[in-house]
Amino acid sequence: MPTLPTSRLTGSIMIISVASGKGGTGKTTVATSLAAILGSRAQLLDCDVEEPNCHILMRPELQTSEVVSVPVPVVDMEKCTQCGRCGEVCRFSAILVIGTEVLTFPELCHGCGGCSLLCPEKAISEGPRELGVLETGFAGPVEFVHGRLRVGEAMSPPLIRAVKAKIKSEKVAILDAPPGASCPVINTVSGSDFIIMVTEPTPFGLHDLRIAVEAVSHLNIPLGVVLNRADIGDREVQRYCDEMSIPLLAEIPHDRKIAEGYARGDLLVTSASEYITLFLGMYADIKRLAGNRITGPRKATA
Amino acid sequence: MKIAITTTGKDLSSPVDPRFGRAQYILILDQDGSLLEAVDNSPNVNAMRGAGIQAAKLLADRRVDVLMTGHCGPNAFRTLNAAGIKVVIEQSGTVREALDRLNRGEVKFADAANVEAHW
Repeated sequence: MPTLPTSRLTGSIMIISVASGKGGTGKTTVATSLAAILGSRAQLLDCDVEEPNCHILMRPELQTSEVVSVPVPVVDMEKCTQCGRCGEVCRFSAILVIGTEVLTFPELCHGCGGCSLLCPEKAISEGPRELGVLETGFAGPVEFVHGRLRVGEAMSPPLIRAVKAKIKSEKVAILDAPPGASCPVINTVSGSDFIIMVTEPTPFGLHDLRIAVEAVSHLNIPLGVVLNRADIGDREVQRYCDEMSIPLLAEIPHDRKIAEGYARGDLLVTSASEYITLFLGMYADIKRLAGNRITGPRKATA
Repeated sequence: MKIAITTTGKDLSSPVDPRFGRAQYILILDQDGSLLEAVDNSPNVNAMRGAGIQAAKLLADRRVDVLMTGHCGPNAFRTLNAAGIKVVIEQSGTVREALDRLNRGEVKFADAANVEAHW
């Protein structure tokens, strides 16, 4: 268990998502250090269920584990009359009648339950398809939750929603989102009070930041940017943030001390404690910005 | 016997489309080459998932006996198999050339899918 700095903060309870377009920009670094400085007030939820990695830095003691599954159709051929209603209602082709057979494709099923609901013979019941596991515990004073998607499984949103169902209202919930700008990201950040977009000052970082900002813009959640390895690359991310009126919450330099700590698997604020002030300032800014939604960024224009 | 051949066009001189589920058109022919129907497969071309299953269902509904195409994935193959439709894969050239190969007995029926499922 790493030694975590104790919280010096009090304030309102909220949900903060840490996202990014580009992978490898420092989402987990930011999410874990933010959770660590908040201490017992924080709950860290790793929603990057395909490749969760907060546990590597947080080293939590896991206390509970449960299997998360989606319901998939199981057909009782004794009752089935091959009417084909199930196949008509399924938009994912996960069930259909061919001749006298009913074919099911569990890996295509989204678990809506439409086929069993509409089957006139009540021949369809629901069986589980395992998506992954949900684990909870503590990393020092920080409450910890993560989901681990089963290898080979392609559908992560139901597991992400199961992770989010563990959010405790009396905590500051910090959600580490998957990279990108697709369904798993939207499922993670929906319902948040604030989104931190972590990026790097490179053409790649800016390109993917633009896409991610545009993807979440319709959710009308205030957001801010953390620029990691801020002293390499160019100044285009700052220019973009100015243009879009997106607050630049923090610039974390490309600091050898941070890199060495990261290589050892230590938290940024543990290996380079002089950055605690930076994270405290970031949290204060987030509280202010989340409480004043009118100052959120303008909608990205296509 | 009804034969279905995937193609990018609407007549027998059109090239075989190697894709099954997302082929532009599927021509339904009889054994002597009369065109019974040119099925516009565009709804399946843009399907997110399950294009092969739906295309197979479309052939099952039309009581097709043989499908000739380039590639066939596992879900499509399972559906075609359940419908009793024989599958000839690795076809190229024109629709007419494929049909001629079938009529001359130069093809063999596939016993498994030849490509992975697509995401």
